[in-house]
Amino acid sequence: MLEVKNLSMRFGGLLAVDGVSLDVQEREIVSIIGPNGAGKTTVFNCMSGFYKPSGGKIIFEGKEVQGIPDYKISRLGMVRTFQHVRLFTQMTVVENLLVAQHRHLNTNMLAGLLGTPNYKEREQSALDRAAYWLERVGLLDLANRDAGNLAYGQQRRLEIARCMVTEPKLLMLDEPAAGLNPAETKELNQLIVSLKEDYNVSVVLIEHDMSLVMDISDRINVINQGRPLASGTPEEIRHNDDVIKAYLGEA
Amino acid sequence: MAANNYRHALFCAIVTLIISFPILGFNLEAKGVNIELTGAKTSTIVAVILAAVAVFVFQAYRDSFMGLLGKLPKLNPLAGREPMEQSKRVKLESWVLTGIVVLALFWPFVVSRGSVDLATLVLIYIMLALGLNVVVGLAGLLDLGYVAFYAVGAYTFALLSQYTGISFWMALPIGALLAGLTGMILGFPVLRLRGDYLAIVTLGFGEIIRILLNNWTTLTGGPNGIGGIPEPTLFGMEFGRRIKEEGNTSFHETFGIAYSGEHKVIFLYLIALVLAVITALIIRRFMRMPVGRAWEALREDEIAARSLGLSRTAVKLSAFTIGAFFAGFAGTVFASKQGFISPESFVFLESAIILAIVVLGGMGSQLGVILAAIAVTILPELAREFSEYRMLIFGAAMVLMMVWRPQGLLPMRRIHITLNKQG
Ligand SMILES: Nc1ncnc2c1ncn2[C@@H]1O[C@H](COP(=O)(O)OP(=O)(O)OP(=O)(O)O)[C@@H](O)[C@H]1O
Ligand SMILES: [Mg+2]
Repeated sequence: MLEVKNLSMRFGGLLAVDGVSLDVQEREIVSIIGPNGAGKTTVFNCMSGFYKPSGGKIIFEGKEVQGIPDYKISRLGMVRTFQHVRLFTQMTVVENLLVAQHRHLNTNMLAGLLGTPNYKEREQSALDRAAYWLERVGLLDLANRDAGNLAYGQQRRLEIARCMVTEPKLLMLDEPAAGLNPAETKELNQLIVSLKEDYNVSVVLIEHDMSLVMDISDRINVINQGRPLASGTPEEIRHNDDVIKAYLGEA
Repeated sequence: MAANNYRHALFCAIVTLIISFPILGFNLEAKGVNIELTGAKTSTIVAVILAAVAVFVFQAYRDSFMGLLGKLPKLNPLAGREPMEQSKRVKLESWVLTGIVVLALFWPFVVSRGSVDLATLVLIYIMLALGLNVVVGLAGLLDLGYVAFYAVGAYTFALLSQYTGISFWMALPIGALLAGLTGMILGFPVLRLRGDYLAIVTLGFGEIIRILLNNWTTLTGGPNGIGGIPEPTLFGMEFGRRIKEEGNTSFHETFGIAYSGEHKVIFLYLIALVLAVITALIIRRFMRMPVGRAWEALREDEIAARSLGLSRTAVKLSAFTIGAFFAGFAGTVFASKQGFISPESFVFLESAIILAIVVLGGMGSQLGVILAAIAVTILPELAREFSEYRMLIFGAAMVLMMVWRPQGLLPMRRIHITLNKQG
C-alpha cells in the first residue's frame, strides 16, 4: 500500500536521507532502525508531507504523494506521531481527540450554530469514538483532564489514540517507546500488535528499543547516515553482518 | 554588570534627549505672514532634561524597580487561589453575564441621555472587541488593521443609504457580510505570514482602506464624509419628530405620547444591546464548535494540528472572516448612531483601542472583554481634563498590566467539552 522509492532529502550541504526505499503492505508492521542522526525522522517528515523531498517517490495506494501538503496527506489516511510528543496541552484529553476528528465533524457552520439534529448526532458519535479509544488506551478516567497534566507514558498513548480516531490506514510512530518504563513498553507492544490485527492498520515504526522492534516487526529497514544499510525480517537483520558491525555491535 | 547597567541607562537618557529636544525644544511661531522657529521656554527645556534624568535613574536601577513592582499586591484578589472548577466557573460567568444584561436593559430609563449615548458606544466597542477576540485571542492572529472591517460595515450602510435609500435593518446583514467578505479576500494572501509580519501587513491594510476612503472623493465624499444616514426604525416606525420616509409612521404618534428625543437614543441603545448579546452568544457557540477547537488547536501547536488534517489557511481564514463579520455589524450600528461618518472615525488609534480592550480583558474571555470595554471607553470620559494625556495613560496602563497580569483581567478559560461516561 505504501512504497517509498529512492527517497533523498538534502538540507543545504547535508544529505540527511540518501536513496532510502521502503515498502509496506496491508496489515504489516515495518520498522526503521538506525543510529542517532541516521535520518529516520527525516524520512517520516517527508512521508507525512512536512518536507518536500529533494528526490525520489512516495506512492500511497497507487498515488504519488511526495510534496503534497501535510494536512492533505493525513486526510489520505497516513497519520503520524512525533518523537517529542505534541499534544494540545491546554485542551482536555477528550478535546484532543475531538480536534483530530475535525474532518468528520466538518458540517457547515450554520448547522453547528443552529445545533441541528444532524450536527448533534455527529458531535455525539465523535464523543463516542473518543471514549472508545480512550478506553482502549486506558485513559478514560482522565478524559476531562488537561492533556498537559498527563504523565509522559499517558501522553504517548493519547497521541496514538489521537491518530486512531482519524481512522487511518497507515500509522507512523516515531519512537513511541522512548521514555516508557518496561511495563508501559509491554502494553505498547500489545497495543501496536492489536492495531494491526484488530483494526487492519499498517504501521511504520521508528524505535531504538530493539527487543520491541524484533518482537513485533514483520520487516525491518536499517539506515545508517542517511543510506539504506539492510532490510529483511527480524531474523535476517539479527544475523546481518553489516548491521551487527554498524549498529548492533556498538550497543 | 553594574557598569553595563549604567552604560545602558546613559544610552537611554541620550535617546530621550535626542527624541524630545527637537520635538519640544523648538516652537513654530507665526510672525506676520511668516512662521519662525524659536527656542522654547526654559521651563520646557528644563523639563526635557529632567525627563532624561528620570529615564537614566529608572534604567540604572531598573531591576530593583521592577522587583518592587512585582512585590506590590496583585490586582486580582483571587490570584494565587486554585482556579475554580469548570462547572462552577461557567455557572458563575453566565450568572454575571445575565445580570449585566438585565441591568443594562433597565438602565437607560433611569439615567441621562448623554450616558445612554455613551453606553451605546460602549456596546459598539464590546461588539468590536468580541469579534477581534476571535482573531487575536482564540486564533492567535495579531490583526492591527481590524478597524478596516469596521469601516467597511459603516461605509456600506452610508453609501447604500445615500444611493439606494436602504434601511438600517437591510444594511445590517449586508454590511456584516461585505465586511466578512473583505476579511476573507484580504486574509487569503496574508494568513501565510506569521506573527510580526502578519501584524505589519494588517496594519497596512487598515491604513490603505482609510486612505482609500479619504481619497476616493467621488464615491465616499473623502474627508467630508457622508451624512444623513438614517436611524433604525421599529416595524416601520420612525423616531424623529417628522417622518422622513414615506410609508413610515412615527413612534410617538402611534403610541400617542409626546415626542421626546430620548426615545431615539434609548431605542438605538437597546438595538446595540441586543446585537451585542447576539454577538456574544454566537461567538460562545463558535467556541464550542469544531471550528472553535480548531482555532485553539492551531494556536497551541500548528504542526500537530496540520498532522491531523487541519488546513492552516482554512482555519485561520475562518477566524479572520468571522472577526471581520462582527466588525461590519458594529460598523453599521455606528453609522446609524452617528448619522454621519468620515474616515477620521477609522484611524489606527481605533484598532489600537479595540486591541487594548482584548488584551486587557484577557484574551479569549468574554466577560473580561466586556469589563475592559466599559473601562476603556468610560474612564477617558470621566477624566476629560486628562484627555490630552489619554494615550500616555493608556500606554502606562498597558505596561502596568503586562507587569502585573500579563494574562489580562480575566484570563480565558475556554469552556471544555466534558465526557460524561467515565469508566
Ligand atoms: N530541518 C533540518 N534542517 C537541517 N538539518 C536537519 C533538519 N532535520 C534534520 N536534520 C539533520 O538530518 C540528520 C538526520 O536527522 P533525523 O532527525 O532524521 O535523525 P534520526 O534518525 O531521527 O535521529 P534520532 O534517532 O536521534 O531521532 C541529522 O544530522 C539532523 O541534524
Ligand atoms: Mg528521530
